[in-house]
Amino acid sequence: MAFISSGYDPNEPMKGRITDIGPRKFDEFYPPVIKANKGKWLYHEILEPGVLVHVAENGDEVYTVRVGGARLMSVNMIREICDVADKHCGGYVRWTTRNNVEFMVDKKDKVAALKADLLSRKQSGGAFKFPIGGTGAGITNIVHTQGWMHCHTPATDASGPVKAAMDVLFDDFTSMRLPAQLRISLACCLNMCGAVHCSDIAILGFHRKPPMLDHEYLDKMCEIPLAIAACPTAAIKPSKVEVDGQKLNSVAVNQNRCMFCGNCYTMCPAMPLADREGDGIVLMAGGKVSNRISPPKFSKVVVAFLPNEAPRWPSTTDAIKKMVNAYANGARKYERLGDWAERIGWERFFSVCDLPFTHHLIDDFRDPAYYTWRQTTQFKF
Amino acid sequence: MAKHATPLLDQLESGPWPSFVSDIKEMAAARAKNEKNIEFQIPVDVCEDILGVLELSYKHGRTHWKHGGIVGVFGYGGGVIGRYCDQPTMFPGVAHFHTVRVNQPGGKFYTTEYLRQLCDLWELRGSGITNMHGSTGDIVLLGTQTPQLEEIFYELTHNMNQDLGGSGSNLRTPSDCIGQARCEYACYDTQALCYAMTQEYQDELHRPAFPYKFKFKFDGCPNCCVASIARSDMSFIGLWRDEIRVDQKAVAAYVGGEIPPNAGAHAGRDWGKFDIQKEVIGLCPTECMRYEGGKLAINNKECNHCMHCINVMPRALRIGNDRGCAILVGAKAPILDGAQMGSLLVPFIPVEEPYDEVKGVIEKVWDWWMEEGKNRERLGELIKRQGFQRLLEATEIEASPLHVSAPRTNPYIFWKEEEVEGGWQRDIKAFRKDHLR
Repeated sequence: MAFISSGYDPNEPMKGRITDIGPRKFDEFYPPVIKANKGKWLYHEILEPGVLVHVAENGDEVYTVRVGGARLMSVNMIREICDVADKHCGGYVRWTTRNNVEFMVDKKDKVAALKADLLSRKQSGGAFKFPIGGTGAGITNIVHTQGWMHCHTPATDASGPVKAAMDVLFDDFTSMRLPAQLRISLACCLNMCGAVHCSDIAILGFHRKPPMLDHEYLDKMCEIPLAIAACPTAAIKPSKVEVDGQKLNSVAVNQNRCMFCGNCYTMCPAMPLADREGDGIVLMAGGKVSNRISPPKFSKVVVAFLPNEAPRWPSTTDAIKKMVNAYANGARKYERLGDWAERIGWERFFSVCDLPFTHHLIDDFRDPAYYTWRQTTQFKF
Repeated sequence: MAKHATPLLDQLESGPWPSFVSDIKEMAAARAKNEKNIEFQIPVDVCEDILGVLELSYKHGRTHWKHGGIVGVFGYGGGVIGRYCDQPTMFPGVAHFHTVRVNQPGGKFYTTEYLRQLCDLWELRGSGITNMHGSTGDIVLLGTQTPQLEEIFYELTHNMNQDLGGSGSNLRTPSDCIGQARCEYACYDTQALCYAMTQEYQDELHRPAFPYKFKFKFDGCPNCCVASIARSDMSFIGLWRDEIRVDQKAVAAYVGGEIPPNAGAHAGRDWGKFDIQKEVIGLCPTECMRYEGGKLAINNKECNHCMHCINVMPRALRIGNDRGCAILVGAKAPILDGAQMGSLLVPFIPVEEPYDEVKGVIEKVWDWWMEEGKNRERLGELIKRQGFQRLLEATEIEASPLHVSAPRTNPYIFWKEEEVEGGWQRDIKAFRKDHLR
């Protein structure tokens, strides 16, 4: 392959250089009906799962068809989205914050053809390219991180468990039978690029073995003080070791103090944690970000560990399905999963979800731990 | 014939949900065929090697990506994340596989013309695989080689009028909800404020000068669709402070069953007839509503803007007219010291161009954090370490009951000398005149 220059001259990097221009301005990309009615919307309605109408003060309407999709997406898939948008939506399309794609039309009579077109498009393996849903009191697309696809610190994959979970939960993506919306998120390690800590259900990758020490290379690859400072529990200290008769500067890890966060590995590649048996999934539940009725709240750890069962993670999807079903059966209309768990009591949550409670689920990390222990005789046998 | 056998990944092609495996396989086949005769600038079989290395991870239960190196474009300290494979001989197509973050437009609205241009660029100069979008909001271009980085940047800036996003210890790419573009709940123009702040702080976004990462997110109302309250160091949440606008005729229509509650969100199950008493009045967290004689009355002074009644009856109830936003600070994921939710700093601030008041708060917070923050200490952790009072001092904001969910339960108040009458300097001899040893 021959190198194709963009026009950039490596000998004169500043020549004609354009920097600090930021993103394209949002209103360049608004469909006409959006541009005309911005700030003048009166109300909206979900006409059926995945189809919304927004009505403006002047009577204008915009119909939105929402589809799920893998956030890991090829340019050919984006081009196909563009084909649909060109054919039905005047060349405009948008993504939601939860990796859904929204196709908008300005007349009701354009919706049926758009929907039919979207649902007719299948992948080579038979999956939908554009499943319609993700609205109202159901389960929308899972927000997630990179996992084994692109990250150096993951304890699980991301795209795989998401595909496996959404296949199992597909009916709740395309329907609205739940008491309220249920938001699922996945982060492939404790760093939580995906900030899953306030989700109704969070799938979190977790290591369980302290770092290995590549003594021979540690001082060459890492700044030892940075690795030491990176540890939140002060479990790492400097040490001198002898390898093949050679005295080397390295570190020592107090393994009983390790909480497996991997922060040392981020600072020092000679301290890898990843392990087939050690790594797996923690499930958390009951968080939310909305201020509706009750304040936002953190998710709680409800399953301390499930193994990485590639390619379909059945133990993880089973546990999620149990929680979703128990919630669907037990919660009141408008009640989020966390509000339901608090109303019935967490002791009931574990029994109705058929999940075992183990000592791992009792907080012992610093001050906030105390506030999660039960300081009352109000409990249920 | 596929370059690598992928028996584990193949199992992710079945089932109804869109399969990233099928998509990447189809992309790999399209590159191999190359019907458009593209002079691919990175190996033609890159997508085959992506699947190969991922299959190996599925087999090993471990990642095969190494730490990033220092790669980027001239003059920027962020926007590109270096990535290398730890099995470069087995998978030469992804031996070097850097990520480029492209600052997404507000509301993630696009024209197909723009997207097609980006697709052509990325097919030529990268793997053709993306994330739409990354967790922070960027368009993520996944996988290219070092010599392509300046070329991609040149084409983005010169041909597409488009800049990179943030990474490292800088301002991360700000993101917003759909806002007034298509939502009747938005209390300010999230996209306008997000765009203005992104442009104002381009230097902070591209050139790392902070102790650690810093995120802005803009939510138009307390429903918090972009999760700003959980995920951003500074969270801007739209609020009104006057009265919820009530259309009594529409309220009656809800009561009469003519309009489905919650915009039809619960249509998948028979929940029985809509009961305004139980579903709205009874669930109001402040009990500030009454429904008597066919009229809905709201004691707006007691309303805490939870949005429930508006969410249930969007055709009858509308946000008030005196609008602005609240600013909450310090949210972050658990690393290192546990998760933090945003804490309320500014209960209400007008959101009006040129946004001088908003910028004033941002810059005071940054000055304090850049002065006092330790390496890799998020704003929330600094607030915890030094105390909320220091943040109030730094931002010159007066303490109010709105800043706490409850007053402190211990009396260990760190009084300052100037707050105590007569100061702290006393004469022990004078004291001993009254108090013998």
